[in-house]
Amino acid sequence: MSDVSLAVNFSGIASPNPFWLASAPPTNTGEQIMRAFDAGWGGAVWKTIGAQVTNTCSRYSSIDWNGQRMMGLNNIELISDRPLEVNLREIAEVKRLYPRHAVIASLMVESTREAWHTIVQQAEDAGADGLELNFGCPHGMSERGMGSAVGQVPEYTEMITAWVKEKARTPVIVKLTPNISDIRVIARAAKQGGADAVSAINTINSITGIDLDTFTARPNVDGKSSHGGYCGPAVKPIALNMVQQVAADSAIPISGIGGIANWRDAAEFILLGCGTVQVCTAAMHYGYRIVEDMIDGLEGWMREKGFASIEDFRGLTIPRVTEWKHLNLNYKIVAHIDEAKCIGCDLCYIACWDGAHQCIHLDRVTGPVDGPIELHSTPASIEAAAHAAIAMTPIPKLDAHALRGAKGSTPLARIPRVDDTECVGCNLCSLVCPVDQCITMVEVPTGLPAESWEERSQGARCAPPVQF
Amino acid sequence: MSAEHPIVAERFLEIERRFPDLHPPFAPQAAVVEANRCLNCFDAPCTAACPTHIDVPRFIKKISSGNTQGSARTILDANVLGASCSRVCPVAVLCEGACVMHGRGEEPIEIGLLQRFAMDVFHSSGGKLTMKTAAKHPGKVACIGAGPASLACAAELAQRGFSVTVFDRNPLPGGLNTYGVAEYKLPARASLREIELIAQLGVEFRYDAEVDTPLLEDLERNYDFIFLGIGLGNANKLAIPGGDHPGVVDALEFIAAYKTAKVTRVNGYVVVIGAGNTAIDVANAARRLGAEKVSILYRRTAGTMSAFEFEYEHAKQEGVGFLWQTLPLRVHADGGMLEFLECIRVDESLAPIPGSEFHLACDLILPAIGQLPLLELLESIRGITLDEGRIVIERKTGQTTNPKYFAGGDCVNGGREVVDAVADGKRAALAIASQLEAIHV
Repeated sequence: MSDVSLAVNFSGIASPNPFWLASAPPTNTGEQIMRAFDAGWGGAVWKTIGAQVTNTCSRYSSIDWNGQRMMGLNNIELISDRPLEVNLREIAEVKRLYPRHAVIASLMVESTREAWHTIVQQAEDAGADGLELNFGCPHGMSERGMGSAVGQVPEYTEMITAWVKEKARTPVIVKLTPNISDIRVIARAAKQGGADAVSAINTINSITGIDLDTFTARPNVDGKSSHGGYCGPAVKPIALNMVQQVAADSAIPISGIGGIANWRDAAEFILLGCGTVQVCTAAMHYGYRIVEDMIDGLEGWMREKGFASIEDFRGLTIPRVTEWKHLNLNYKIVAHIDEAKCIGCDLCYIACWDGAHQCIHLDRVTGPVDGPIELHSTPASIEAAAHAAIAMTPIPKLDAHALRGAKGSTPLARIPRVDDTECVGCNLCSLVCPVDQCITMVEVPTGLPAESWEERSQGARCAPPVQF
Repeated sequence: MSAEHPIVAERFLEIERRFPDLHPPFAPQAAVVEANRCLNCFDAPCTAACPTHIDVPRFIKKISSGNTQGSARTILDANVLGASCSRVCPVAVLCEGACVMHGRGEEPIEIGLLQRFAMDVFHSSGGKLTMKTAAKHPGKVACIGAGPASLACAAELAQRGFSVTVFDRNPLPGGLNTYGVAEYKLPARASLREIELIAQLGVEFRYDAEVDTPLLEDLERNYDFIFLGIGLGNANKLAIPGGDHPGVVDALEFIAAYKTAKVTRVNGYVVVIGAGNTAIDVANAARRLGAEKVSILYRRTAGTMSAFEFEYEHAKQEGVGFLWQTLPLRVHADGGMLEFLECIRVDESLAPIPGSEFHLACDLILPAIGQLPLLELLESIRGITLDEGRIVIERKTGQTTNPKYFAGGDCVNGGREVVDAVADGKRAALAIASQLEAIHV
């Protein structure tokens, strides 16, 4: 027996763990979902059912980054293209064989009360543990007045949610689209309509790229493309922000979605208040097997932190995210370079000069200079000096000293120096540094009491001239 | 390479078969993966370590962006022999030795292979060297020797619109690049393909040229400046009794013979004398050409050999044996055939150990004990200064003490790498160009 429990009860839907497969190709059929449950997934949101559709050939495109595949994935696939009765039959079969796992039916039908009542009845009769209303699909279905066409209008969202709630006996989750200026408005509308929970985010409108030979955008469908929905690791920060926005605004359970690929991602969404998390891209990339480490890794982290259950840490980060105007302007940190760890790539130096505030210098050998930047060697002068230097191949007979120098020992001249007085504590150098814990940001006590912008501007005699 | 080159013979296929790439090239995707590993250091140590200061991160990141032609142009801009350097440079003590990845406890970026990848793509797509100016300049420069130093000097000057003529005593250009580098590192064909691009810049090549006083006097009259990229001269002779037997063949002569497919097979036992990089090259070559047993004889120990460590390791992998602290005393022959080499052991002070004499059976002896400077030629050139047989130059310009003459490469540094010669040649070209521009304004 494990001393930690991942079991959750999400708005009345019990699940052995918070890891659900999102409504997407990995949940297209009962056969797939049963294999996913065997692999360890706690729940699955069925690929959206409704009126049967026809899909295009060529449906996905992706963004690779620095040699890594699928940093972001885009799709133009519509809802389930299988007959409704097949999906319903398989839902029943899955629930019969896996009674303790969560099976959520994702629904999307035309915007009439009757159509919604019918599909709710059908899904619940098949045995679904809950319903997820797909108000988020940004491509294709939205052109037909469904998906994000509903989720982008608060009144529609509230109205259809209310229709569903008239009929539903199981919990109703409204899936939110990120393709809107303020996601909180739609979350409030869903709540107003009676939703038991929301899930966020659906995919983001995207064109992933253009073929530079054919000038066709991707994915290519017979020479043309159409915007799709973007997901995968690239969207996680956007999803986290939107989840935080909703969590801080509405007291409504959230199933987190967006770029979750491992237990760390999952823990972050839960820390922002999510009761379950949904995964698609990572499972499409590597298969259902990824859930093993999600379970193992999250349990290990919980044990390390002393959390016995998901509820023990759910939402802990919510009070730690605030508006900018409440941040302490008297908090000061400066970069500290660990000379012993520095490998001399000098990426922090050029990042600080070109991308930040010119506070990192290569003057440990020539002698530290503090003061205005005009006094310092510039990147161009450093490169010019290197270019003008005459280098020769060291040969064993004549240059034993050059060959003896230990590989990997960084010459002092290449270890940058931070000018503490100039450093604005922006973090950039520590972000570009390729060595773990080489550049750390160290707090410098200012001796000043905490003071936010709001406090400062309210306390000021006159209003600040400009507010951003 | 055009069909009339003498080494494009059937025999050459045998050499190609026996000397496949020591380091097989990257497949395109592997190159991109490796290129992505590069951190893109600022003022990169690899660039600083390169005598020609190739902007390594820049050419590597162009590989990862798919701009392979631009990558090759970045390389060529700094080093016109970027293709041969990518294959022959001792990268472990140059760019790759300086790579910051060592500091992370990781393998350095495979800079040599990435450079080769970019250059291979460039060559196979029919890439050409570009002119650096559209203007034709009246200045004329003669380069003596068609090795790396002269080629770099000639290319840079031609790209800047000057007329350049290269003279060489051999029938093919390239010097040691064509005749002296181990074939598994740089096939003669690859060397010639690279030089073809320099010829296309309008550089004129005169082969089989005897460089003597009358020629030099003629050049002094007809050219504004003369660049000496003459390398080193004859090999040191094996100065022991029997050392002049025809079965004793100088290492460089032997390497040139197999690279031009005049030799395609070696039988029996081979003894190599000396433990520099050339000794390793020739020992490995003898193995690959079929020698049953190859032994390197060296009077000192492994720790003091002048070959690079990685060359020593390579030789061991090729099955070359080493006899440390051993001196050759006398070559014994039976008519035209060698019989054995009489040797003796020496102690650390190189003093022979009495009674330690032994016989080493051999069919071929390959001395690799260094080259002599071309003293006779050098001493005939008025006004240049020599220091231990090396031409004295002003380091930044390559100008000799006779202002008409510039020099670079082995004849200046006593024998270093191709990349050092290229750097010298280019520096001299830039100095010559600025002087010519001042004269002809």
